[in-house]
Amino acid sequence: MKKVFQSDWVSRLIDGLLPVFATLAALALGAVMLLFLKVNPIEAYKALWQGAFGSTNAFAETLVKATPLLLIGIGICISFRGDVINIGGEGQMIIGAIFATWVGLTFTSLPGWLVITLAMIAGFLGGAVWGGIPGFLKAYFNVNEILSTVMMNAIAVQLMNFLLRGPLIDPSQAQLASKIPQTARLSEVFRLPRLAPTRLHLGALIAVVLAILVYILLWRTTLGYRIRAVGQNAQASRYAGIKVPRYIVMALLLSGAFAGLAGAIQVYGVNYRMITDGSASGFTGSAGFNGIVAALFGQLHPIWSIPAAILFGALLVGANSMQRMMQVPSALVTALNGLVVVFVVSSEIWRRRRQQRRLAIIIHDEGSAPPTNKEKLEHMETVP
Amino acid sequence: MKKFAWFLTLLLALSVVLSACGTPAATQAPAPVATEAPAQPTEAPAVTEAPAATQASAAEPFKVAVVMPSAKNDLAFSQSMYDALLRVQEEMGADQFQFVFSENMFVVDDAAAAIRDYASQGYNLIIAHGSQYGSSLQEIAPDFPKTSFAWGTTVDTFGQPNIFAYEAASQEGGFVNGAMAATLSKSNVIGVVGPIETGDAKLYVDGFKAGVLSVKPDAKVNVNYIGSFSDTALAAEAANTHISAGADVLTGTAQMVVGAIGKAKDSNVLWFGTQSNQTSLAPSIVVASQVYHWEGILKEMIALIQSGTLGGKSFKADLANGGEVIEFNPDSNVAADAQALAETTIKGITDGTITITLP
Amino acid sequence: MISELFSVTVLVGILASGIRLATPYLYAAIGETFGQKSGVLNLGVEGQMLLGAFAAFYVTFTTGNLGLGVLTAMIVGAFMGVAMAFVTVNLHAEQGISGIGFYLFGLGMSDLLFQKLLGRVETVKGFQAIYIPGLSDIPGLGEIFFKQNLLVYGAYLLVPVAWFVLNKTTLGLKIRSVGENPDAADSVGVSVAKIRYFTIILGGALSGIAGASLSIALLNVFQQNMTSGLGFIAVALVYFGAWRPLGVLAGALLFSMINSLQLWIQVLGIPVPSDIAVMMPYVLTILVLVATVSRVRAPSALTKSFEREN
Repeated sequence: MKKVFQSDWVSRLIDGLLPVFATLAALALGAVMLLFLKVNPIEAYKALWQGAFGSTNAFAETLVKATPLLLIGIGICISFRGDVINIGGEGQMIIGAIFATWVGLTFTSLPGWLVITLAMIAGFLGGAVWGGIPGFLKAYFNVNEILSTVMMNAIAVQLMNFLLRGPLIDPSQAQLASKIPQTARLSEVFRLPRLAPTRLHLGALIAVVLAILVYILLWRTTLGYRIRAVGQNAQASRYAGIKVPRYIVMALLLSGAFAGLAGAIQVYGVNYRMITDGSASGFTGSAGFNGIVAALFGQLHPIWSIPAAILFGALLVGANSMQRMMQVPSALVTALNGLVVVFVVSSEIWRRRRQQRRLAIIIHDEGSAPPTNKEKLEHMETVP
Repeated sequence: MKKFAWFLTLLLALSVVLSACGTPAATQAPAPVATEAPAQPTEAPAVTEAPAATQASAAEPFKVAVVMPSAKNDLAFSQSMYDALLRVQEEMGADQFQFVFSENMFVVDDAAAAIRDYASQGYNLIIAHGSQYGSSLQEIAPDFPKTSFAWGTTVDTFGQPNIFAYEAASQEGGFVNGAMAATLSKSNVIGVVGPIETGDAKLYVDGFKAGVLSVKPDAKVNVNYIGSFSDTALAAEAANTHISAGADVLTGTAQMVVGAIGKAKDSNVLWFGTQSNQTSLAPSIVVASQVYHWEGILKEMIALIQSGTLGGKSFKADLANGGEVIEFNPDSNVAADAQALAETTIKGITDGTITITLP
Repeated sequence: MISELFSVTVLVGILASGIRLATPYLYAAIGETFGQKSGVLNLGVEGQMLLGAFAAFYVTFTTGNLGLGVLTAMIVGAFMGVAMAFVTVNLHAEQGISGIGFYLFGLGMSDLLFQKLLGRVETVKGFQAIYIPGLSDIPGLGEIFFKQNLLVYGAYLLVPVAWFVLNKTTLGLKIRSVGENPDAADSVGVSVAKIRYFTIILGGALSGIAGASLSIALLNVFQQNMTSGLGFIAVALVYFGAWRPLGVLAGALLFSMINSLQLWIQVLGIPVPSDIAVMMPYVLTILVLVATVSRVRAPSALTKSFEREN
């Protein structure tokens, strides 16, 4: 039995590293593209590594990039386990940021720590509303969440444009003819403390703590259990007495809330104001989509999402650095990003095959009957 | 299982080797010079000669890094700066002036990382060509007192000794375009396609409207802000809508207007451009473009930097100093008629007899 | 001023505009409908569109042959479809995520190819409006329905064809059964893999044409990221249309008509803030769906990968 246990542990570790191997495979394909662009791939990838991990500052940048990915990722863990697809992260992040910024601009006389706390709560609430609406529409009106979240994303951008060039505009900008659509800068005391001289801010720590809390939520609370139950089998849950619509709403609401918090932390930890260029990704950096990928890299598990977010953040930061160093078109970085996602997502099959093989070995060792479907399910559901 | 353990060790070894090979960022050789010959036709710029950059340190090349929010060939905002840098390089020589660029930096946070990275690599001047980058500059500039930063389009230098600010008085060229548009329009309905009602776009559009109304006070100027800088299809349909509403002259700003220009071409409607010379896209209907010629400002900045002033000044590109030039389409048959009016209007603006009142 | 909205010119303008605007959505959404009916969600539509748009534009730009341009777009889209099919059917990858990966890849690749092969924004002479003697001259209706170009007509002809295939042919039956109950379909001898390959590749080809409809028919220009979210809206419209080609048509038209309405609202100077106007199609699409509460279920196997139980 001991022997099985040890190899089981290493085997699981390798499973966890499969995304890394897949990333390397994608980068290998990227090397071919680089060669076509007459760029030395070795130099390029060295630059990528340097940009992500090469110095304390680089690593800090990686963590800063990873923070919104992690926050959105843990939200995605909740929604996907509730069998709800939330691609509204972009919009939820924006709305959360707007709520949070508003707090900082309105309650200027309150002490710093209080404003930050209120702002975080406001961001959480803003995202919850923006995620809760699609949840409500799905649960009670059968409006598919892919449709509603895609629409809500676009609506959020226009709302942001409207507010930032109107009611929330920086008073100093309002005087000028050019009117840059940005809010006033948050006062010094309202900003999340940083680990100088890098840009690493407290938000990163908050994200990690929340990841742990979400793990506890999903596997140690009734709410989490019910969300997962509805996600596994809505019919059965209904028969078991769980009010399915309510938990569909909760799944999207919570998922949106974390995205909203990501937006709030982005404003209070990095930008110190909200500014728009008319697109969602100008503010979010596509964290709403990349966060989904990060969650998947982490097998939809909040704790594993932490290294997954760091890895993905490293990739994004490193690739941008590579772009600068080698002066390759940024389009290459986007294409590379896509390749990595496809490869990692495709590597899932090996993880599952290996898991099945492990299960078969265990059963074989124990000399008992082949596992029933229920047992297979339970084994797969076991928290590492 | 053993096979995978090998893979793991190999991976770890690889990472160790890679990081050992990596040279620290500071001693990296400057990135390659952008020596691409411009694919787009460069009109002979009608710039007034800016003070020649005093070669205080003639031995070392002057190194510039620019961060732009859209593509360098967007035929609009970013291209105007990219072209300007190419022109400066032509004048000063590739051995005296080198620049690198990061385009499509619409994610403000990534742009901040880029600016900081370039600063730590020792570039002389870092241009943050986008109003959304201001916040980032405010933070980064104090950390690099020996580097000069330039921010556009704006007037704010944040009181920092090493930040220059530059903007374009796009309402001036807008006014001239508008005046010309009014004279050339037979239906007296003119359409404008804009991205979002802020910043440089708003300045241009407001100026344009004022220009139209100054010539024909009861002309109709219909303005449409489509809510995005990239939705080419919507810009095209906006142009169609204008044309259906009776417009026979159109204008617009930002990179998605290429869609609108296409539609204008199809319907034989005249077009006035801004930010970059848009003649190449539709030589049959483009009358003139207000082109931003940042070279003058760039050369002034370089001169100041080389003599020790790293910032604290704001520049304005306008019709008077050649920072904005109305470039006519040599193949357009109406351009000649409009040219005379343009010249008088430009003169009026530059000597102060015409004042542009913005809403 | 609001009364101006109800003038004939404006109404005709809105309808004609709406019909044009709906074209790329129709191609992409019908293609996606096939895929989803067979149980596959493809979020990479936008990437396929962009690559198709560039392929069509580049071929037309260099050869002047529009037909060749459309064909190339179809092939390029189909190729992306093959890749997606392999990843989805053989590797059982998580569909939503792999779609996003293909989207990013298509976005980056189309931009990269544009920069390296063209270098600057150009125009082509694309599909022109077709003049149908007699019909085109009808006042009002002629403008709206009978003065569009070939690819626009193609999109609308696609709808009844798709309806016919999905509902009246054996192929359609197989597709639907694979989407509802792949195990049962498999046991009856329907190759789930083959059907899904077919629908995904078809979807890719149609997305390619959607892109071509933009770059060589409607806009006659290519620019990086010119679709700007169109592909995702198209996917959303499939849900709006409850996986029925006619429903998808209704959704595409609704969305596009309101879009052209908001353009007119701005042009006529009706005092609505521009951002609120731009929001309208998105808000109204949701509202209409809420108002028409339906109990239509998605294909049961949608997003679930199929593995033979051995």
